[in-house]
Amino acid sequence: MSIGLAHYLAVAAILFTIGVFGIFVNRKNIIVILMSVELILLAVNINLVAFSAYLGNVTGQIYAMFVLTVAAAEAAVGLAILVTFFRNRGDIAVDDASMMKG
Amino acid sequence: MDPKLLVTVILYGPLIGAAVAGLVGRRIGNVASMAVTTGLLMLSAVLSWVVFSQWTWGGLQPFTLTYAPFIQVGKFVSSWSFRLDGLSAVMLVVVTTVSSLVHLYSWGYMAEDDSKPRFFAYLSLFTFAMLSLISAADFMQLFFGWEGVGLASYLLIGFWYHKPTANAAAIKAFVVNRVGDFGFALGIMTVFWSLGSIQFAQIFPQVAAHAGDAWSFAGQSWRLMDLACTLLFVGAMGKSAQFFLHTWLPDAMEGPTPVSALIHAATMVTAGVYMVCLLSPMFEYAPVAKDIVVVIGATTALFAATVGLVQNDIKRVIAYSTCSQLGYMFMAAGVGAYQASMFHLFTHAFFKALLFLGAGSVIHAMVHEQDMRRYGGLAKYLPVTCAVMVIGTIAITGLGIPGVGGFAGFYSKDSIIQAAYAWGHAGDPIGYFAYVMGVFVAGLTAFYSWRVAFFTFNGHARWTSEDLEHHWHNRDHDHGHDDHASHAQAETHSEPEHGEQVHLPYESPWTMRLPLILLAIGAIASGFLFAGKFIGEQHVEFWKGAIFTAANNHVLAEVEQPWWLAQSPLIVSILGLLFAAWMYLLREGIGAKWAANKGPVYLFLYNKWFFDELYDATFVRGARFLGDLFWKGGDQKLIDGLGPDGVSAVSLQVGKGAGRLQTGFLYHYAFVMLLGVAAILSFALWAWNA
Repeated sequence: MSIGLAHYLAVAAILFTIGVFGIFVNRKNIIVILMSVELILLAVNINLVAFSAYLGNVTGQIYAMFVLTVAAAEAAVGLAILVTFFRNRGDIAVDDASMMKG
Repeated sequence: MDPKLLVTVILYGPLIGAAVAGLVGRRIGNVASMAVTTGLLMLSAVLSWVVFSQWTWGGLQPFTLTYAPFIQVGKFVSSWSFRLDGLSAVMLVVVTTVSSLVHLYSWGYMAEDDSKPRFFAYLSLFTFAMLSLISAADFMQLFFGWEGVGLASYLLIGFWYHKPTANAAAIKAFVVNRVGDFGFALGIMTVFWSLGSIQFAQIFPQVAAHAGDAWSFAGQSWRLMDLACTLLFVGAMGKSAQFFLHTWLPDAMEGPTPVSALIHAATMVTAGVYMVCLLSPMFEYAPVAKDIVVVIGATTALFAATVGLVQNDIKRVIAYSTCSQLGYMFMAAGVGAYQASMFHLFTHAFFKALLFLGAGSVIHAMVHEQDMRRYGGLAKYLPVTCAVMVIGTIAITGLGIPGVGGFAGFYSKDSIIQAAYAWGHAGDPIGYFAYVMGVFVAGLTAFYSWRVAFFTFNGHARWTSEDLEHHWHNRDHDHGHDDHASHAQAETHSEPEHGEQVHLPYESPWTMRLPLILLAIGAIASGFLFAGKFIGEQHVEFWKGAIFTAANNHVLAEVEQPWWLAQSPLIVSILGLLFAAWMYLLREGIGAKWAANKGPVYLFLYNKWFFDELYDATFVRGARFLGDLFWKGGDQKLIDGLGPDGVSAVSLQVGKGAGRLQTGFLYHYAFVMLLGVAAILSFALWAWNA
């Protein structure tokens, strides 16, 4: 059994689903949310690379590099916000972070 | 002088006076505004007499003067105009004479009032409206004047607006008059619809040709002339306080007494009579409407006279007397004796204005006490007032010596009663009904009029009792009936220097005495001076076609009747006088005893046949119920509930619901975002495949 496009896509879908659930089932930690976002981005990257290889078109891989870059920047900014948030509130529990309530 | 210029000055003089006193009265001061209005009114009165004498003795011919167009819509053409004919010439002198005397009288009567310019402006405005009513050449200007006097009447009844009763009376007068005006407007529409014009000069010649016209409505055939005249008469009933629409007039006595004399005795309330006489070319072809006029007039005469017997407020007795005399006038107009009707209007204006102003003089002397039970023995304190009141009473009761002469009412009232008899003699039984009523009411009139005179001026002075002193003391604080902001005056009377002694009534100033004396001369002389002109041999030359009488109308002619029938009005008048004298001079106090028994007849009359109660139970409550229904049910529940209030309640609910969605938890937002992405993707896929 050779590994084909469907397998890659299945792995990406599983990763995506884990990421999504990680965001809104998780009640503990904002860091987990950031990690889940990374997972979702990785799932997208896998899709892009898989289609790129399957179609023989390099554009998808280039695009994946862009996504990685953006993900790195996002992680840096996200962590920085998180550090400030922790300094202000002394806590990073998700259930306490409801200051956006109107 | 040119009569056209004269009538123009007569008509617009009072308007200028009203404008000056009303608009800049506060700036130019009390005396200036009073002088301007009174002066212009006196000018009008003098010029009116000039015109009237030219008319009566100088051979002046009728004319119509047009000033400016008013309304022009198709055939509905109306213009501001002045129509001078026999009727308007008579009314000119009545209106301007009484009005100018009332203006003068008010200098004294309203001396303590602090809004004199307003009062004089209203009086002059009223006079202008009344003059434009009587000089109208078409129905539209007639209606304008009609509403103008109604407005002035409203303003003047409610002149002391700080008194709730005065406000209520003003509103009552206005509302009751709207009922009549509705009929009046419908009558004008009927005339316009059937004859195609509202100008008297165009309508009257057409009436004979259209006399038989009928109109089908609600399965019935209505004779147009009867319909139009009946509807117009409803308007006259409202303005002239006839039976069913009379309730406003006694309440209108809340206004200052000069107003009662001018508006509610001499001029405005006679507008209805004037209109019926003016429309004689139409009424002559409306037999049913004429019968209605007679029956309503006779009923009013009887009703008001019976109620007047037992009232204790001096102004109310005179108000009911006015109502009753107006009934006489309508009776005369209804039987076709328009000349007699106008003659009684003319003489009545003098003696009724005299009685009212005399009553005002008494009220003035008695510090605004209007209850006759607190008068008595005033003859020696108020000699002039007493003398003129007695003259007025003789005039209204129609005392005189047959074949020799008498005061005003002797001629005019007798002619009405004789005309009613002649109408009955000519074949209409309603004429006999009116005759019997007329004679009976003449007796009642004599009784209540002499009752006022005896009760007020003779007998024991009931105002010196301890009770009265106490009453006066209270009055100075809480002001009961006719107090016209006379705090200064009232306070003088309660000053301690008077001690236990009650102050003595004093005669009024000359500004009040002079009008009384002039009117007394009118009450004496207007009868025998003008009887020949108005109703005698010269009446055709005098009216010069202003009054139309049908070929079979001979009510003014002499009718053979036994002497006791011919003299019956005089006989019952003397009986009434003797009975009043017995009750209030010889057996003083018997009236109070009878009243204290509170028999059913007394209560029925004292409560004015329970008309106010009846109207309250039906119309007032009914209107209030309907108002409540529409206000609370229709407006508040239905319109507001579904409209503004409903919409705001729903948006509030929606807002609250939407606000609850905003939890502030990140994962909720993320979840919603996910749902959104899923929805957009699903839609995109579906759209792609389709």
